[in-house]
This record gives sequence, C-alpha cells and structure tokens, in this order.
Amino acid sequence: MASDKKRRNLPSLELYVPEPKFRPGDEADFSDVEVLPAGETRRPDTAAAHDEMHDLAYGLVRVLGDDHKAVGPWDPKLDPDTLRKMLRAMALTRAFDQRMFRAQRQGKTSFYMKCTGEEAVAIAATFALDRDDMTFPSYRQQGILIARDWSLVDMMNQVYSNSKDRLKGRQLPIMYSTKQGGFFSISGNLATQFPQAVGWAMASAAKGDTRIAASWTGEGSSAEGDFHSACTFAAVYKAPVILNVVNNQWAISSFSGFAGAEATTFAARAVGYGIAGLRVDGNDALAVYAATQWAAERARTNKGPTLIEHFTYRAEGHSTSDDPSQYRSADEAAEWPLGDPIARLKNHLIALGEWDEERQEAMDKECAEQVKTAAKQAEKNGILGHGLHQPLETMFEDVFEEMPPHLRKQEQEMLAENRAANNVAKTR
Amino acid sequence: MNMIQAINSAMDVSMQRDDNVCVFGEDVGFYGGVFRATAGLQKKYGKTRAFDTPINECGIIGVAVGMAAYGLKPVAEIQFADYIYPGLDQLVSEAARLRYRSAGEFTAPITVRSPFGGGIFGGQTHSQSPESIFTHVCGIKTVIPSTPYDAKGLLIAAIEDPDPVVFFEPKRIYNGPFDGHYDTPVTPWAKHPASQVPDEHYVIPLGKANIVRGGGDLTILCYGTMVHVVMDSVKTLGIDAEVIDLRTLLPLDMDTIEASVKKTGRCMVVHEATRTSGFGAELVALVQERCFYHLEAPIERVTGYDTPYPHSLEWAYFPGPVRLRLAIERVMEDVSGEV
Repeated sequence: MASDKKRRNLPSLELYVPEPKFRPGDEADFSDVEVLPAGETRRPDTAAAHDEMHDLAYGLVRVLGDDHKAVGPWDPKLDPDTLRKMLRAMALTRAFDQRMFRAQRQGKTSFYMKCTGEEAVAIAATFALDRDDMTFPSYRQQGILIARDWSLVDMMNQVYSNSKDRLKGRQLPIMYSTKQGGFFSISGNLATQFPQAVGWAMASAAKGDTRIAASWTGEGSSAEGDFHSACTFAAVYKAPVILNVVNNQWAISSFSGFAGAEATTFAARAVGYGIAGLRVDGNDALAVYAATQWAAERARTNKGPTLIEHFTYRAEGHSTSDDPSQYRSADEAAEWPLGDPIARLKNHLIALGEWDEERQEAMDKECAEQVKTAAKQAEKNGILGHGLHQPLETMFEDVFEEMPPHLRKQEQEMLAENRAANNVAKTR
Repeated sequence: MNMIQAINSAMDVSMQRDDNVCVFGEDVGFYGGVFRATAGLQKKYGKTRAFDTPINECGIIGVAVGMAAYGLKPVAEIQFADYIYPGLDQLVSEAARLRYRSAGEFTAPITVRSPFGGGIFGGQTHSQSPESIFTHVCGIKTVIPSTPYDAKGLLIAAIEDPDPVVFFEPKRIYNGPFDGHYDTPVTPWAKHPASQVPDEHYVIPLGKANIVRGGGDLTILCYGTMVHVVMDSVKTLGIDAEVIDLRTLLPLDMDTIEASVKKTGRCMVVHEATRTSGFGAELVALVQERCFYHLEAPIERVTGYDTPYPHSLEWAYFPGPVRLRLAIERVMEDVSGEV
C-alpha cells in the first residue's frame, strides 16, 4: 500500500483527540465561553417552520440579566407565587441531594447522584408542563418528582431499598419510577428513554389525546444511537415530544468535546433532523420555563417536536463513586459564567421586591428540616443491608406477569437453600 | 391459508378486536411488507394503526416500548431476524426488564415479529436463527410456529400476552412445508391439513408444546422448519419416534418433554441455529437433569455448524435428511452395539 509513488510526499495523517481546556491544578478561565446577553435571542411564533429558526439552535435563550431583572421576548412573566414555588422546589431538591449524598457516605445506601447546579433544567421545565404530561427522565432529573410534590419519603425508600421501596429493592438507588407521578421508570442504559418518549408521544397523537411527552438525556448520551433514532422518528412523525439535552459539560470524566461539542452546539443537531432546536441558559429558570412552554405549545398544536439544549454545568461529581478532582480543575464550578440556578432565581425575586435573604435563609432551613424528617421516617423502614428488605421470594415476581414454571422451581430452590443456610448458621 | 396469510389474518383479527393494536416496521404499511404479511392492513385500519417506519431497528423497538407504556399493543416487524441486533438493547435492557424494574407499574406488552431461519439461499444476513439470544434474556417470551394454523393462534396469543414476545417466523415455510429435500419442488400449504385456518379469533396458548407424532422409541425435540424435516426423516426411516414441536421456547413446556423422554428413553434435539450455546444446549441440560435415569443413550444434537450461515454451501450446513439419519442411527444404537 506504500508503493504508490505519487503519494510519498504527502504529510502523515494525524489523529485528533480532543482535550478539555483545564485539568487538575489548572486555573479555570471561561472568558472565551460565549454568553449572549439576556433578552437578545428572538422568540419566534410556536408555529414557525423549523427551517426559519436555525439561528436559535446556535443562540442562547436567556431571560435573567446580570442585574437579575427579567428581560426580552422570552420572559414568561410568571407571578411571584409561582416563582417562589419554583425556587422552593429547587432548594428542596438541593437539600434532598445533600442529605442523600451524606447517607451514602454514612453507609446507609450504596449509591447516589446529585443534580447540583442543574436544578432548573428539571424543575422549571416541569413547571411549564401539565401534570399529566409524561416525562422520560435520565438519572439526574429528581427535580421533576420534587416539582410535582412527590413524597420525599417514597423517594428515600427507593434510595434505601428498604421494606417500603415500591420497586422492591430491585433497582439501583435513584432509578425512581412512578406512573402516578408521570415519571417513567429510569433505566441504567443511557438514552434508551429518548425513543421511548417519542413512541409515547406518537401513541398519544395516534389516539387523539392532548398529552405530550418530554425526555431528558445528557450531552454525553446524545452520542448514543438511540438519540439518532429518537430524533429521526420524532421528525418523521412530527411527534408531540420535547427532547432535552442537558449539556452539563461532563460525562463522568469525559468533557463535552467527546460528544462533539467542539464542532457545534447540541441544539444544532435539530437542524439536520428538520426539527425545532432551541439553545437555552440552563441555569436560568425563567429561560428553561419559557423554552419548555414554547416547545409544549408547539407540540400541543401538532407542530411537532423540539430539541432543547440546556447549557449548564455539573457542579459536583458524577456520582458518589466519582472524584472529579482527578480529571478537572477544582475551581471550574465557581468560575462557570452562568452561575448557580438557585442563586439567580433568588436574586430575581429579591430584585422584584418579592423576597429577601432572611426569607431565603428561613426557607433553606425549612427545606433541610423537611428532608431530615422524611429521612428519619424512611430510615424506620430500613436502610440498605440492615435486614429490613422485601421478602426473598419477591425476587422472582414481575419478571413476567405470571410466574412461569421454571421460575417457580427456582423460587422453591432458593427458599430451600436459604432455609438450609439458616439451619447451618443456627448449629454453629 | 399459507403461513403468511395466517399471520396476516392474526393481525387483522387482533386489530379488529382491539383498537390499541397497531402494526409497524420497514415497508409494513402501504406496501404490506416485503413478505406481504401486513398486506391490506393499512387500507383497512388506516395509517395511524399500520404504518411504515424509518430503517432503524433501535427506533422501531424503542418506540414500541414507549407506545406500550402509553397503553397501546404494538406489533413491530423486524424485516429479517438477522437485523434485530440494532434493537437488541431496547429489547433486552428495556422491554424485557420494564415490568421487573418498575415492580409492575410499567409494562411492555409488545410483539416483535421477525422472519428467521435458512434454507432459502439467504446467505449470512438473511438466514440466521438467533432464538437463543432471546431465550437467555429473562422477561422475554420466544415463540416459533411451524404451521399456518399454529402461526395464527400463537401470534394472536402473543399479541394478547401481557409480556414482550419475540415471534420468529420460519420464512422457509411461509409458502409450504419444507421437508429438507431441496432438490424437489416444495408442496404448497394447501395440501397440508394445518392450512385449514379459521377466519375468526382463536388462540394457541404460549408455553404449550405440540406432539406432532406420538412414538415410543425416541423423542425428537424441534421447532419451526425443522419440524417438517424431522417428520420426513422419521417417516422415511420408519422410526417410531415421538416428534415434539416446542412452539414456545420460553416458557418451555418441560412437562411434555419430560413425560416423553421418560417414556422413550432416548432424546434428540434438532435446530437450524449454530450449536454452541444454542437453545439445544438448554434442552439437553434440562433433559439430562430431569430424565437421567431413564436415558439409554447420550442425547444427540443436530444443529447448524458453528460458522456464519454460508451462501453456496447452504445444503452442507443445513441440518437436512442425511445429517438427521446419521444422528438417528447413533442415538438408536444399543449400548450392546446392536441397532
């Protein structure tokens, strides 16, 4: 193959492997991250043709300015009560995360994942959806449940895999599921929920329903084939679905460049599929609300799907099993140009004269108390590995609706083996 | 009816009875499927219940799971079983696990139909028999019919089943039973009693095998196309074999198998799929566990070889009459050496 003389003078090819700008020990500097001023991005009609809004896939929908005032065409003009409710759901989510993270460190559960810095992405979006719209979350949208006033004790029972865990201790902590809460069963397999959300939305449309679906995935998971499947099907059938890509810059230790971020935006993926794409300041609760509201109206009026990129930052480790100081600069979160979603919403309410630091402090305390009370209640139902779990035979239930003979046989074997083990233990 | 017509009728009957049943897949809608299995359904039930999809198996199955979560009963087609792999994650990690991981709150009552098996010069990617990939997955039922009558009754049962079902259709016998004699023209289904298929609704329960032929000397376990190949060999050799068409591989009708092998004392397993870790290995293990003291000879396996499905060497690969005869002779050989 090297015998072609004509090619001999060509330079050698080089394989490009992306590298994040800052590694441990580096001083993070995000001054080159382009942040459009609030209020600058236009708001097209929700019925606009997808190809008339390509600029929005490269822009950044922002409502809250540096002065904490809401500006521009995307201002959803929410009343102060709604803003306070949203702020409270975000603060409660953060308090919940803190408590559960600590519970993992105390050995009360095996695993936990925080959503610190990304609270607005789930919570503000949920506020813009109807209660009976179906959500297909990834593992970092616990805020949906909290925004829908789901029981904290029920969530904790799942984290502790205890005797009251509705999922019977079968699922890894944080893989919540509730049909009543419109929160689809979380899977460990990334991006699988994306085409499922499209299918749910297609079914709703086929049945002449009015409900829509929304799904969330990370920017890292957008590299999965399922993301392509979902976008293709959503576009082909104009499915009433909102596809959210939470671009928090990191997929465990891989920076967003490994999902293609160096070349383009994630919202720009929409352009190629022929669907509406919006790029949003994910730490601006009002922008997230407004974009979701826009996409929901578009879906509900049969104008098809919207892909929303939420530009945000994963402020903490990927999970309790992760140590981000091993691969990124320690001061990144503090330097992040879009700030903290809770602080920004709080400052907005203060700027409106509808809130103050004392009330915030009182609310934070109240949230911490609420979480503590819930944790105490949940811990009465057991914590992981402390004996209070579901009966052994539940392991074999729900594989199928009816237990087939081979599973019945294995169930009997397991129970007999367990009795034998107990007898051996007793005689020692 | 031939098998395609029976399968078409099963979907027609199911769509008629239940508004939530919808069918989709590549070329399934307007055209009616590359094998015509969905012919006429779009015209009769409309585009929102019978439709074409993008060429994306992950999407087809993923969307089916979402539709099922909404409350529909999707019947998805994967054009060839050889092309089911892009949808494997959605089947294995999602459809199969959804009921378990949500403790019954969400379920995926989907049916995935897919033509499978060889004997048609389909080469590597139009001939595979990947059933053991699915029988290894907890939460999925795997069904394979061998006649038009069974195909309709089993498919209706699969569509009505509350669990995900992979329904493999042996495409070699879509138009007529194939006895393994590739050099003689195939007889159409019309001459076979199992082509008498009622127009109306009926069900063949999943998990029940069919004793195609009663016998006392040897039990032969098979399914799909191989049922007909086996029956021809048994007839030709004049062996008093009990031929069992498993029909459902999971859940398996172990009671029928156990009773038969305990009666005959000999057992042979026949499938087109490759041997190593094929479904035959599970059958052999189960028969060995349950019938050890009744066995008079080692259990024989006649299967495809552990190679990709070849094109030109198809008839050397396919477990046809010659390979069956040799295996039957081996398993019938007495311990004393007498036949």
